[in-house]
Amino acid sequence: MAKLPLSARIVGRVEESPTIFTLRLRLADERARAAYRFAPGQFNMVYLYGVGEVPISIVSDPSGPELLDHTIRAVGRVTQGLARLQPGEHIGLRGPFGRGWPLREAEGHDILVVTGGLGCAPVVAVINYILMRRERFGRLTIIQGVKHAEEMIWRERYAYWNTLPDTRVLLAADHGGALWPFHVGLVTEVFDQAPITPANTLVMMCGPEGMMHAGIQNLTARGIAEERIYLSMERSMHCAVGHCGHCQYGARFVCRDGPVFAYPRVKELFRVKGY
Amino acid sequence: MGPSTTDPATDLAHGAAPLHLPAPRLQELMDELRRAGYACVGPTLRDGAIVYQRLPSAADLPQGISDDQAPGSYRICHTGSARRFAWANGPQALKPLLFAPRETLWRASPQPDASLAFDAAIPDGEALAVIGVRSCDLAALALQDRHFLGGSYPDPYYASRREKLFIVAVHCSHPAPTCFCASTGDGPRATSGFDIALAELDGGFIAEAGAPRGEQILAALGLAPASAGQLAQGEAQLHHAAAVQHRALPGRNLQAALFANLEHPRWSDVAQRCLSCGNCTSVCPTCFCHSEAEIPQLDGAHSEHVREWDSCFTQSHSFIHGLTIRPDTRTRYRQWLTHKLGTWHEQYGRSGCVGCGRCISWCPVGIDITEEAAAICGPGD
Repeated sequence: MAKLPLSARIVGRVEESPTIFTLRLRLADERARAAYRFAPGQFNMVYLYGVGEVPISIVSDPSGPELLDHTIRAVGRVTQGLARLQPGEHIGLRGPFGRGWPLREAEGHDILVVTGGLGCAPVVAVINYILMRRERFGRLTIIQGVKHAEEMIWRERYAYWNTLPDTRVLLAADHGGALWPFHVGLVTEVFDQAPITPANTLVMMCGPEGMMHAGIQNLTARGIAEERIYLSMERSMHCAVGHCGHCQYGARFVCRDGPVFAYPRVKELFRVKGY
Repeated sequence: MGPSTTDPATDLAHGAAPLHLPAPRLQELMDELRRAGYACVGPTLRDGAIVYQRLPSAADLPQGISDDQAPGSYRICHTGSARRFAWANGPQALKPLLFAPRETLWRASPQPDASLAFDAAIPDGEALAVIGVRSCDLAALALQDRHFLGGSYPDPYYASRREKLFIVAVHCSHPAPTCFCASTGDGPRATSGFDIALAELDGGFIAEAGAPRGEQILAALGLAPASAGQLAQGEAQLHHAAAVQHRALPGRNLQAALFANLEHPRWSDVAQRCLSCGNCTSVCPTCFCHSEAEIPQLDGAHSEHVREWDSCFTQSHSFIHGLTIRPDTRTRYRQWLTHKLGTWHEQYGRSGCVGCGRCISWCPVGIDITEEAAAICGPGD
């Protein structure tokens, strides 16, 4: 613990799905608000009074750091409490922490964004970032897989992205349904439809590790170098500054050295049960 | 950081000749430390173990007391010796004095305008002089310093205590059968990180300063130089203390060997014996894991954010929503050992084990880290 949390006012709340919501936050202190900067892929420790803190990635654009959007799934004590808060209420914010996506290296390249399950929030920040600076990047391909079609949030957003020039959205659900016109099956099965130029593509992935692993196998088989694949990892985090030890992944502290890693940095233990 | 972290090699190089502190004058050393503003902490007998706590006087040191240690066993014995430091180590190291087992980090309180106010609870602790610090614990202290103070977010709680710490080391003359500091290179001689180092002889101590403030304290005592005979006795003791150690790790850097053996059958074997109780991590002087928790006050006026020691042997340690990364003892023991003897090298430039042997003695079932490491990595050289 090195930074104290800052009081942040909830200025907006969007119900994304029955269990997923987005809080738009504004730091109460003017000076802190003016000084706050972050990079897409970084996270804040979000504090609910009397309950505790959780690491949540920032999904809004870094060009507007006065308003910080956090998309949260209500799964535990803290997040279920956060889900009940309304605009006007305050929470604590400590951050930003960690290393975000390699956006400078990504400039001039085709970008392939792969997300699975509900892991889409960290990469939505990157998608929006690219779309707001479209001329700096090549083709953008977004691949999103979910288990059940009804878990798919932001469907309109994905549909809209698919209409943009040089942008392709490929969706897959393990279990489709009547209103699912997209692929039914594993997310890796739609990789075939993605226009990939291995030497000019940078991959950004977020989601269940099994899905990311399958994605890596698929992409490296297509000739994409491992160092061009970036992953956002998730582990238990308490302190966010590399001290508490919960997020250790071999020699790495996910909170400090990640959460975004180039795949070779985590390859040795990736998918080794127990790390 | 205080002078106690300066390089002792350079400090000792210019240092005066070793001095002799007669045993009856040990109290004067404590008095001098008090005059310099330090409260004295030292080894004392409590609840059948030697633990570091407030030391009212030199008479409270564990004179004539030693420790019998074996895997899964720690017993105090009375030897009748006039010596006060003729034992190896107790369950504690310096760790609880700096990295508090439990402490409040900050307090949150709701304000009338609905905002939250946050106040840091940085301790304003008193300056402590710890007497009787072992070389293994100094090595561990250097590692904890690196962990808590070395990165981009130096820990202010740890730092506030560390800055005020004065260290009187005592070279280890009576290692326990569980000790293996000679094999890790961390003892039995205290070589760095102290303000004063003592070697206990019959009837007195050889005293050396490791830092200018230690030199000042010793100068105030007006001690005579140690004789050649006394120095020779001190050296012989240290030689003996290293020679009697029969436990050893199979190498200084086991990272490659451990990670090449992640599916070794021994992990399942040790998991059958390990109770996953976390005693080893509690007594380990380098283990740094802690959890943070929220303690809302009953009056609703504020809530305290506390941290307390945690262990990678608990189920909650690796829990993320819907998933426990390490659900069983095999993966937890493997995490502990591959970190302690493996990835510490990558994180902090050396092994996380200083050879104190506490995890062996205080393990309820006597699991021996040196034996497990050898079974998994091979016997080494």
